[in-house]
Amino acid sequence: MRSNLGRARGLGSAKSGLHHWWAQRVTAIALLPLSLYFVLTVLSLDHATRDQVAAFFAEPWNAVLYLCLIAALFYHLKLGVQVVLEDYVHSEGTRMASILLVNGAIFFCALACAVSILKLAL
Amino acid sequence: MKDVREALMIGRNTEGKLVRRPVSPFMLGSAYRFQTSSATSIMHRITGCALGVGTLLLTYWLVSAAAGDGAYSIAEAILGSWFGIIILFGFTVALFYHFCNGIRHLAWDAGKGFELPDMHRSGGFVIAATAILTIAFWALALFIW
Repeated sequence: MRSNLGRARGLGSAKSGLHHWWAQRVTAIALLPLSLYFVLTVLSLDHATRDQVAAFFAEPWNAVLYLCLIAALFYHLKLGVQVVLEDYVHSEGTRMASILLVNGAIFFCALACAVSILKLAL
Repeated sequence: MKDVREALMIGRNTEGKLVRRPVSPFMLGSAYRFQTSSATSIMHRITGCALGVGTLLLTYWLVSAAAGDGAYSIAEAILGSWFGIIILFGFTVALFYHFCNGIRHLAWDAGKGFELPDMHRSGGFVIAATAILTIAFWALALFIW
C-alpha cells in the first residue's frame, strides 16, 4: 500500500527514465572540460610521430584524462543514440534490435579505446 | 480508411487548408517554416549523430597508435589526406556546434533563457561561436603548428 505521492516520487510508469535523463546531463557537464582538453591535445599532437603519441599517453594525467573522456563520451553517445532511435524507428522489433546493436558497437569501441590508451601508457 | 483513428490525422494548417497532420521526423520544410529554434534543435541531433560516427575515427586513431608504427603511419596517411582533412573539418564543426548548443541546453535545463528573444539570441550566438572556434582551431592546426 503506497500513497500516490510515494508512487510519484519513486518511479513513474517508465521505471528508469529519470536516470537516463540525469546521466545524459551529468556526462554532458563532464564532457565540457574534457572535450576542450581533447581539442587542445589533438592540436598539440598535430604532426606527431607514433613515439610522441606514446610519450604523451605515458604521462599518467593524460592517460587518466583520456580514460575519463572515453567513459563520458561513449556513455553520452549511448544515451543520445538511444533517444534518436526511439524517436525515429517505429517498429518495436527493429527499434530494440537497432538499440542493442548500437549499444554493442559503442561498448566495443569504448573498450578498444581504453585498452589502446592503457597499452600506450604502460 | 483502414482505421477510424485516421480521421484524427486530418487537420487544418494556418491558411485553413485541410492537411494530413505531419509526423516526426518529416516536419521541417513541409509543415514548418524555417525557424531558428527548430533548426538549431535538429542540428543538435544531426551533429550528435555525426560525432557518434566520428568516434570511430577516434577509436581508429588510438587503436592504430597502440598497434605499432606500421598501422600508425597508415592511419596518419589516411587522416592527413585531403579526404581525411575534409572529414576532420566536418568533425570539428560538429564538435564545436554540439559543445556550444549543449551549453544552451544545459542552461534551459536550469530554467534559464526560455524567453523567445533570449532563445533566438543564444541560437545566433551558438552559430557564431561555432564558426569562430572552427576557424581558430584550423588556423592553429594548419599555420601555427
